[in-house]
Amino acid sequence: MTSESQGLSRGMHLGGSTRGEIVQPIMELRNLNVYYGDFHAVRDISLDVGANQITAFIGPSGCGKSTVLRCLNRTNDLVPSARVTGGIDYRGHDLYGPSVDPIEVRRRVGMVFQKPNPFPKSIFDNIAYGPRVTGMKLNKSETEDLVEHALSKAGLWSEVKDKLDQSGFALSGGQQQRLCIARAIATSPDILLMDEPCASLDPIATSLIEDLMLELVNDYTVVIVTHNMQQAARVSDRTAFFSAKIDDAGQRFGHLVEMDQTSKIFTNPSDSRTEDYISGRFG
Amino acid sequence: MSDSSRSISTSDFSLRSSSPRIGERIIRGTLFSASAFSVLITIGIVWSLLVPAIEFFRQVPIMDFLTGTRWAPRFKPASYGVVPLLIGTLWTTGIALLVAVPFGLGSAMYLSEYASDKTRRRLKPVVELLAGIPTVVYGFFAIEFVTRVVLKDWMGLTVGTFSVLSAGLVMGVMIIPTVASLSEDALSAVPLAMRQGSFALGANKMQTTLRVVFPAAFSGIAAAVVLGISRAVGETMIVALAAGNKPNISSNPLEGAQTMTGFIANAALGDSRVGSLEYDTLFAVGLLLFTMTLIINFISIRLVRRYREAY
Repeated sequence: MTSESQGLSRGMHLGGSTRGEIVQPIMELRNLNVYYGDFHAVRDISLDVGANQITAFIGPSGCGKSTVLRCLNRTNDLVPSARVTGGIDYRGHDLYGPSVDPIEVRRRVGMVFQKPNPFPKSIFDNIAYGPRVTGMKLNKSETEDLVEHALSKAGLWSEVKDKLDQSGFALSGGQQQRLCIARAIATSPDILLMDEPCASLDPIATSLIEDLMLELVNDYTVVIVTHNMQQAARVSDRTAFFSAKIDDAGQRFGHLVEMDQTSKIFTNPSDSRTEDYISGRFG
Repeated sequence: MSDSSRSISTSDFSLRSSSPRIGERIIRGTLFSASAFSVLITIGIVWSLLVPAIEFFRQVPIMDFLTGTRWAPRFKPASYGVVPLLIGTLWTTGIALLVAVPFGLGSAMYLSEYASDKTRRRLKPVVELLAGIPTVVYGFFAIEFVTRVVLKDWMGLTVGTFSVLSAGLVMGVMIIPTVASLSEDALSAVPLAMRQGSFALGANKMQTTLRVVFPAAFSGIAAAVVLGISRAVGETMIVALAAGNKPNISSNPLEGAQTMTGFIANAALGDSRVGSLEYDTLFAVGLLLFTMTLIINFISIRLVRRYREAY
């Protein structure tokens, strides 16, 4: 089965199923605002991320979708000037609460980046890195099992099982990205964030990763930022459309236009701006 | 655009150079002679080292020179075993590295991974300032402060005027900026994406620094340390002042010992007659020093190639 037909069965051909309706939210964003210094970059985002669903963030460049994604595992904390107001409720905890350790958050909410970023280590050590730094006490054979499991889940095992001691850099771009996904899976995250994971890949590698996402969502919750609307339509259950606006002071900022079932966003959006963007009439 | 402007007559059309471009040739020639100059100078230095050194080795067998354990070129009978000088250099260099590597790498990691932009901008020039202090000042600092005050008064050690410990410690301080500055450049050059990847897996800052950034920057850090070693091996003023001028195969760092550079500085003061064996001795030691530095640099290049990451 190709990713196209799988995607259609998931996102587009609903036929009255409940696909894309939120069954149980795992994260709830309430009036989220992000500032970089004095710059109020993202304003007033409220949306729900459903458990075991793929949520897609789409929208033009500079609309704040990646910024919002990075709030979900507090990677924005690494930018010294970044500041967040509003709340993100994650399984009953305020993600930005005073007693929350961002390192603990990131151990539960994994992330895959736009450009594959393997570590300068062997393929094996790339996968074993997460379990090692998070203090999972594994012996040699347990580590080996985990590495095999993670690589199998990412669909990379058969390609690399004979060269686990080679550098992660020796792989092709698409393989590197699947290595990064395997690396994230190895720590058994609760949620997997993907920031344009296919942006630097060719269509074949992209289709492999999309298949993988549809596989992963059985065990994990996936949030993906993508510029590729067909991709959002193919894989996601729910889609959030972000856009950029200019305020009275001339500052450009990102905001959420609407969020709904993917089928609805792509066939019958409530907001005309969404329709313009989807159909390519966006200025 | 009208048709008439398109039809250029073929007689006006030429792809030949419109000017001889002499300036380009002059600049190219000037730049070439700039680089040729340094190559020629290097060849000249090697030549001027080689000629007297070969003369020396005609009279003193090379194996006696390299393995002899008594260095007494001015005594009768003279003895030309260079091992004591090598041991002296080994002591001062080793001690210097024990100081420079931890402090240099520590400050590099702090500046690159922990310090805010503002702190880094202010602190890095201060660290680099250490490199600008003349080595003769370091030499007196070693004798007057480190030996007399730190080692004798504060630590109560029985140490004479000269000691390889004092010379090594101060030389270590001198090469901290070399190690720190170059390592910091190597660490900062590691892409942010790699750190983000590590943080996103729940690693903390120390784990990210030691297990991801440090290995990624290893080739640059190795180059920094090796450059530090070359500087320590070649450093003259500090050891000539603070380590003393007594050739000594010592197992005690509190004793003084002459290094190769120390010997050259001492013996080159002008009282050896040109063409004498004593004069040629200088060049033999100089050639050995040159060869050692060359080998160290060669190792450095190999390390850099071996561990360079294509990120």
